[in-house]
Amino acid sequence: MKLLQHKMGLACTLAIAALLLVAPQYLKNYGVYLLSYWLVFVIAIMGLNLTTGYAGQKSLGHAAFFGIGAYTVAILMKAGFSFWLGLPAAALICFFVGLVLGFPALRVQAIYLAFATLGFNTAIWLVMRNEEWLTGGTFGINNIARPSLLGFSLEGNRPYYYFVLAVTLVMAGLLWGLLRSPWGKAFKALRDNPIRAESLGIDIRNYTLLSFAIGAAYAGVAGALFASLVQFIEPAPFTVGASIMMYLMVVVGGAGYFLGPVLGAAVGVVMPEWMRDVPGVAAWYLPIFGAAVVLMMVWLPDGLLSIPDRLKERRAAREASALRAAKAAKMKAES
Amino acid sequence: MTHPLLKVTGLKKAYGAIQAVGGVSFDVMPGEIFGVIGPNGSGKTTMFNSVLGQIKPDAGEIELNGQSISGLSPLALSRRGVGRTFQTLQVFGKMTVRDNLIVAAQEHQGSMLSRMFAPGDSGLGDRADALIDQFRIRHVADTLAGTLSYGQQKLVDIAMAFMAQPALVLLDEPCAGVNPSLVGGISTLLKELNRNPKLGRQSSFVVIEHNMDFVMDLCHRIMVMVEGRVMAIGTPAEIRANKEVLDAYLGN
Repeated sequence: MKLLQHKMGLACTLAIAALLLVAPQYLKNYGVYLLSYWLVFVIAIMGLNLTTGYAGQKSLGHAAFFGIGAYTVAILMKAGFSFWLGLPAAALICFFVGLVLGFPALRVQAIYLAFATLGFNTAIWLVMRNEEWLTGGTFGINNIARPSLLGFSLEGNRPYYYFVLAVTLVMAGLLWGLLRSPWGKAFKALRDNPIRAESLGIDIRNYTLLSFAIGAAYAGVAGALFASLVQFIEPAPFTVGASIMMYLMVVVGGAGYFLGPVLGAAVGVVMPEWMRDVPGVAAWYLPIFGAAVVLMMVWLPDGLLSIPDRLKERRAAREASALRAAKAAKMKAES
Repeated sequence: MTHPLLKVTGLKKAYGAIQAVGGVSFDVMPGEIFGVIGPNGSGKTTMFNSVLGQIKPDAGEIELNGQSISGLSPLALSRRGVGRTFQTLQVFGKMTVRDNLIVAAQEHQGSMLSRMFAPGDSGLGDRADALIDQFRIRHVADTLAGTLSYGQQKLVDIAMAFMAQPALVLLDEPCAGVNPSLVGGISTLLKELNRNPKLGRQSSFVVIEHNMDFVMDLCHRIMVMVEGRVMAIGTPAEIRANKEVLDAYLGN
């Protein structure tokens, strides 16, 4: 049963990967750009899904890491360094800043932690907006080049898309491996019951800090790819509002589901872009989206990917009650 | 002469003006099942939590195998072979029963870095399966623990405390809220685990429980606590015959 689920998950992942491989053949330039945009967010949301969905640390500061990653690459490239130095630098810097942000999580939880991370996001955003000597302030940094790899230029939208896809698959593979290792269980134990976890020898301090750090590193990688994708960055995409939207993407896709970010990012970034071109819908997109989220929180609080589990549970409950009814009928007949 | 496995001396803990535990001393011998009884508010759980590093006692010395463990964190105690259960259910609700058991022991082996590359079940699958069979929860092994009935979760909860093969386990009301037919089952399980031949050594328990039949049947020795103090320590027969205990707690 569990094996079947694993196989189905693997089959799903491979099918999605195959689809993504051929998709650009059927899309126009902007469509390819949008797909890259989506994958960048998939990477970022995978990280937040680790921090929040698997390890249970409610963070509303993820866009700050996304921004730190983007600015790291932009600033380094403007200073003449290569993108290939900027990408790992973005991941590393975010990892360590994430580690530091993890410390408040050792003292406060739930909504209080959310507020602490929100404060962090605001502070980072203020640095991006006000420290013009470093970040260009509200004018941002423009003309960020796309790199070339082994002599191949990734300048065009299509080659850059395949590069982002490759990074996405590598990041997904790494996360998959991490979650399947004992670490994955430790993160879930921390989420479900930290006090019990500690009494079983699980070092909740280390796992809390690392859930933030690794999640932040994912946002850093995503931010680096983002800077080079859009080629112009300014503080606006890294506000507290963006962090809340990222949290929403985790929840909509399904917190703690491996493929949740794939769906969540699609709903969060692709759908609004796509609907912008549909006449009559564009003006209504946000209200419809808002209403859909409200309805979803009421009926499907565990996200879109919880639907199969829901159906399975319902079937099991129906079978159990049928069994009980049959037993009762039998007892009645015998008496 | 065998030395005590757990030695508690002069343990004190006050909350404001209330002396929850006022100078409690006792020994638990290797392989012993040591019961702790007493009315509500007599300081049993406070004593437990002080021994287990969950709260900081005001005074007193706690030794495990002759070494001081006073002031150690629950984490450090777990790594030293002290397991526990809580008064209320504490399972990992969104993990399967099998994963609940595996995660209960995985951190006791290797380093954090080595665990990053270890197989998903940390090589503990067989041990988990053995406990699953022993606790007769095979049919729910792949079910999320949070969806089980109270009694089944209680079994998982107790089994988790034994996964890391602890030398000493402190059980806080293992029968609370469990239906009477399961109480006998838990008693049998604990007796089996106490003698566990597979471990090559016996494991000792300290058990807080209100169910008198259960305590009298299971425990080798019993400590009666009243208002934060030790009223009596003795075998079940001695406790039953103790007039002071009868008056204060057991009644007629």
